[in-house]
Amino acid sequence: MFKYLKQLTSLVAMVAVLFTFTTESMAAKKSKTLKNTQKKGFVRCGVSQGLPGFSNADAAGNWTGIDVDVCRAVAAAVLGDANKVKFTPLSAKERFTALTSGEIDILSRNTTWTLSRDADIGLTFVGVNFYDGQGFMVRKSSGITSTSQFKDGISACTNIGTTTELNMRDFFNSKGIKYEPVAFEKADEVVAAYDAGRCDTYTTDKSGLAAQRTKMSNPDEHIVLPETVSKEPLGPVVRQGDSVWEDIVRWSLNTMIEAEEYGITSANADMMKTSDNPAIKRLVGAEGEMGAAFGLDNEWNLRIIKQVGNYGESYKRNIADTGILPDRGPNELWTKGGILYVPPSR
Amino acid sequence: MTVIAVVLVFGFFTYNAQVNMENRGIDFGYGFLSQESSFDVQFSLIEYDGSHSYFRAYLVGLLNTILVSVIGIIIATILGVIVGIARLSPNYLINKFAAFYVEFFRNIPLLLQIFFWYFAALRALPLPQDAEAMFGIAFLTIKGLYVPAFIWQNFNIFFYSIVAAIIAIIVIRYQAKKLQETQGKQTPVLLVSIGLILVLPLISFLIGGVRLSFEVPVLKQLATTSFIYEGGVSLPPELIALALSLSLYTATFIAECVRAGIQGIGKGQKEAAASIGLTPNQVLKLVVMPQALRIIIPPTTNQYLNLTKNSSLAAAIAYPDLVLVFAGTALMQTGKAIEIVSITMFTYLSLSIAISLFMNWYNNKIAIQEK
Repeated sequence: MFKYLKQLTSLVAMVAVLFTFTTESMAAKKSKTLKNTQKKGFVRCGVSQGLPGFSNADAAGNWTGIDVDVCRAVAAAVLGDANKVKFTPLSAKERFTALTSGEIDILSRNTTWTLSRDADIGLTFVGVNFYDGQGFMVRKSSGITSTSQFKDGISACTNIGTTTELNMRDFFNSKGIKYEPVAFEKADEVVAAYDAGRCDTYTTDKSGLAAQRTKMSNPDEHIVLPETVSKEPLGPVVRQGDSVWEDIVRWSLNTMIEAEEYGITSANADMMKTSDNPAIKRLVGAEGEMGAAFGLDNEWNLRIIKQVGNYGESYKRNIADTGILPDRGPNELWTKGGILYVPPSR
Repeated sequence: MTVIAVVLVFGFFTYNAQVNMENRGIDFGYGFLSQESSFDVQFSLIEYDGSHSYFRAYLVGLLNTILVSVIGIIIATILGVIVGIARLSPNYLINKFAAFYVEFFRNIPLLLQIFFWYFAALRALPLPQDAEAMFGIAFLTIKGLYVPAFIWQNFNIFFYSIVAAIIAIIVIRYQAKKLQETQGKQTPVLLVSIGLILVLPLISFLIGGVRLSFEVPVLKQLATTSFIYEGGVSLPPELIALALSLSLYTATFIAECVRAGIQGIGKGQKEAAASIGLTPNQVLKLVVMPQALRIIIPPTTNQYLNLTKNSSLAAAIAYPDLVLVFAGTALMQTGKAIEIVSITMFTYLSLSIAISLFMNWYNNKIAIQEK
């Protein structure tokens, strides 16, 4: 009996210790995430399992892409080194659980900002780093040149767990077309099945179609139809409940876009410190106390621009020069006919 | 002690999850099950589209899981018994072929086999417009297997005739057994049974007004090089590939159970049966198999459970089973991870327990009756 009593006491003590830890960390400081990140020495970033231009790893395991650059920017801001990022490749299905459960601190994985995702599942979208829309890819030989030529019985390959599945239903329903949805868990299987002829069309975000086309056995046999059937603003996501961390990620992205607006690049950032324009000086940490509110030093934004570059540099390096989408379309600055418009850093 | 520890640990996990969900503003609840799902599913046994509820989407996934499990279990059992007996064949070729099959298929990971059958089949199968008709009515293409649909008139009369035939067969078998026990007379039960099951439905066609016609699939053009078949019934290639790989894989284990069961019966039993004048067939049917079954059933139950659980690999090749539809799409669209995963786990648990209970009942039924 005594033996059991002893064990029981130690168990109760153990549980009590665990509870204390949880309660203490809950009552903790303003940004738990920032504190943990600085303690660990790296930013934990969730990315895709391989989407050229957005987040893709090369043979040596180096990640590149505009989604990757958002995480690198945050690492440059809070840790001083854009390479201090730990990337976790996630499927569409896993991504939100990984973020809400605390396995990653930023989800930068071509994720569409929608009301239900923002409001329901404990997430906060911090901005848009790519304006996209859903489209359809077909085989050139099918002779289809527009979605208006789709007929009853068409089979469409796509991923599960994406807004694509919902948009597809809305689209086909509104046209009154009966269709067969074939939904796979991973993008590579979708491409393989469509490539083999299982489906008549492959549907996902147009940027995704352009990127995946490069993986097909013969990319020239396929075309992306001109119609865009949905709005897909893609952007980074953080957990709800840590507004300081949320602001750091939001303003890291905004800094990249605003830097392009003012013509600040990774090459000329240091020289811009002596600019006459106070807006430029604020962006390179030469005027004002722009980092204090986040608990960061004053040159956090300068580091982003120097180490990662502005949005235009990131786009050119990852998406335009790789031949995925040479034309920036809506992802051009508002001053140049696009819709990229961010609040001012001041 | 153990119980207290388990309760405390679970209590801690639940508490921790609650606190964390509250912090992140996530609501807990099963209310979402009645909301509109707004996504479509490729293949469903019940009427379903995106305007139905998440609960109905759950049923769709569950039924698809049960469907592929039942098909898999039936094929795996038949194949397993044949291969198991073949491994004991005195014929060298049959024996070695069966051994090769077992060793080959049970030693390759199931997920790889599923990918192989799916993508190999996809690459090998013809496009709908190139497919050659099987018996002039069915088409196996990259988009699925298209078979004719039955269209019945007065189906209920046909159905009753089958029921009547089955009742008659049961009565005759009972009488025949009694006759054999009391007077030792053998009656050709099998022949009479086959006759009954053929003749009664035939009569329903001749005088009952039952009519059966077929709706044969017809090729339809969607675009220059894009075709499908319309009409009839279509089975998606995902279902075929999954059922095929599950049964080929599980059949190897069942074959080993069958072999072990038969080898577990003493040689003396067969010799004694032969010495009282039973034919080799009768020896197998009346002496060996009833005893071997007692050895075969328990490990085979495990294989049935494994097959059912393995069917969750369906998600990899787009077969809309419970994991793909409910723990996949529905989880993603609602974000209710804890609720949906708990329902899914509970469902697999229930399925497994149901199979176990049934197999245990059957095992008890064939066990030695101690009087």
